[in-house]
Amino acid sequence: MSAPLTRIAAAEDGVPAARPGSGRTGRWLRRAGRHRVALTLAFLLILPWIAPYQALAVTILVLGLYALGFNLLFGYTGLLSFGHAAFLGGGAYGCGIAIVRYGLHPVLALVAGTLLATLIAAAMGVLAIRTRGIYFAMTTLALSMCVYYGFYQAESFTGGENGLRGINVPSLTLPGLRLSLLDPIVKYYAVLAVVGLAVWLFSRLLSSPFGAALEAIRENESRAQACGYDVRRMKLVAFVLSGALCGLAGALQAIHLSIVPIETMHYSTSGQAVMMALLGGMGTFFGPFVGAATFALLQDGLATLTSHWQLFVGAIFIAFVLFLPLGIWGEVLARLRRAGW
Amino acid sequence: MSGITIGGFPLDLIGLQLVTGIALGAIYVLVGIGLSLIFGLMNVVNFAHGAFFMVGAYVGVFLYGYTGSFWVSLVAAPLAMGLLGLAVERVLVRPLYGRGIDDPLLLTFGLSYVMVESVRIAFGLTGLPFGAPPELRGAVDIGIGYFPLYRLFLIAFSLAVVGALWLFIERTPFGLVIRAGARDPQIVQVLGIEIAKVWLAVFALGCALAGLAGILAAPLQGVTPEMGIPVLAEAFVVTVVGGMGSLAGAVLAGLIVGIVVAMTSLVAPDMTKMAIFALMALVLLVRPRGLLGRAGALG
Repeated sequence: MSAPLTRIAAAEDGVPAARPGSGRTGRWLRRAGRHRVALTLAFLLILPWIAPYQALAVTILVLGLYALGFNLLFGYTGLLSFGHAAFLGGGAYGCGIAIVRYGLHPVLALVAGTLLATLIAAAMGVLAIRTRGIYFAMTTLALSMCVYYGFYQAESFTGGENGLRGINVPSLTLPGLRLSLLDPIVKYYAVLAVVGLAVWLFSRLLSSPFGAALEAIRENESRAQACGYDVRRMKLVAFVLSGALCGLAGALQAIHLSIVPIETMHYSTSGQAVMMALLGGMGTFFGPFVGAATFALLQDGLATLTSHWQLFVGAIFIAFVLFLPLGIWGEVLARLRRAGW
Repeated sequence: MSGITIGGFPLDLIGLQLVTGIALGAIYVLVGIGLSLIFGLMNVVNFAHGAFFMVGAYVGVFLYGYTGSFWVSLVAAPLAMGLLGLAVERVLVRPLYGRGIDDPLLLTFGLSYVMVESVRIAFGLTGLPFGAPPELRGAVDIGIGYFPLYRLFLIAFSLAVVGALWLFIERTPFGLVIRAGARDPQIVQVLGIEIAKVWLAVFALGCALAGLAGILAAPLQGVTPEMGIPVLAEAFVVTVVGGMGSLAGAVLAGLIVGIVVAMTSLVAPDMTKMAIFALMALVLLVRPRGLLGRAGALG
């Protein structure tokens, strides 16, 4: 009889489950944490040589950036959004439309895609921030469906149901440099240059006072407010920044796949971000890439065995929620920490 | 009466469209109430609610093929979803009480993948056509024109279900426990009532309502494995517009959403899907807690 009572109390306070980051960190982990960008980039540099094939490595890279952007909001600010497909899709469509309809340079198209995603995030954020806690997930989902239908209807621009086709970027010309993106390994490192920059900026953001304030909001929103932080504005800024990072991921994906399927904007794509963040370990720096790699490998591996791979992905996700809520990387960190690293 | 027009549309047509909207709203009401009930009592957002709606529809359509009786389906679909809800709460959701409030949400999200894919395996990817049963086909004259009999039945039946639910929650001892549990589960527990059993029952009841809505909606659109996804989003709109955890709010918002959809399809058919979300955006701007939010949980 008494056990459910304590459960109720904890559920009501909305206390998040133990997260990595709390507890004492040993010397080695602290040292690794200081070089998190370098270590992440080192892993990404060798990824194409350990991935089953190189196109999959690009997918992991793009999905990793998508999960990273999502993690800023979910893992670090504590806001669970089910509408991030609108940003990935917004970035993808923005970039694709800039190339197909206006013939923009790919680098400018990346900027255009990121900008469009940022605008969508700002519009959605202003509305979604008005709801709190668990309602946030419902509101973001509903708003992203609205964006989905909007892009679906605007057929002359987006290609509607058929998606946006013909985003062909065979080569990249920069001052004094010409890269052939048809070579998968060149393409990988070109994408990595952009992702690496985003990872570095993301790390700077987390170490800034703003990043610390976001974590304060996650741990205790009322206390952060009492400390004088404008919680609502900071949440909105986090939401928009998260949207911008996911938009950049979407823009890269448009160039990588040379098509933007309408499903990019769909609810299931939002769910994919949630899955990757949880599989990898929410609120950890490297977790999103672990989650993206796990998801891409699972999908790739299962799809060759069965067309019903989503059944297994769903079941694995349920098992993670029940038994491994810290995710793969979060669990590794927690164990290392316990071992005194 | 037939000579009057508003915005170029005859009044009769607007009247008929209004009734169409109420019929559509009836589905939203049933889905929204189930979601609100579970949320109001347990603080659990059931992301598999759309999947329960879809599986309920499939169970009903499948049984109709065997028995040839829509009435059997109408009883069996909510019953099956209620039983499935019992199992899901007991086995999957219960271990998560007391962990972060996002955890049950994430779990039911994963569950919806499993349910949708299981239906694809069992019944195929393309969905099944389904029409109104013979005894409910045809149209009747409702004074302003002919209206499909099935939609009238939908309105009447949903009204009866909502009425019964209201009596159950307001006038029975178990309903009293539910209301008390929504207000303060700890006190209920202290008074010697095992709240875990109440939660189990309410979760099953919510899922049963989703299943019932599913089989009721099946004759309108047929069934597909993906039919639950837009319904989930629309049910969220209903709860946000009506006010979280408010049953009266879910009824009011469900009807409003249904009417807005029907009226938009008259004026601007392309905008039908977006109108629902524009309505939600408007409510969020003007009244973020919803029309009847915070009028007391389950009030």
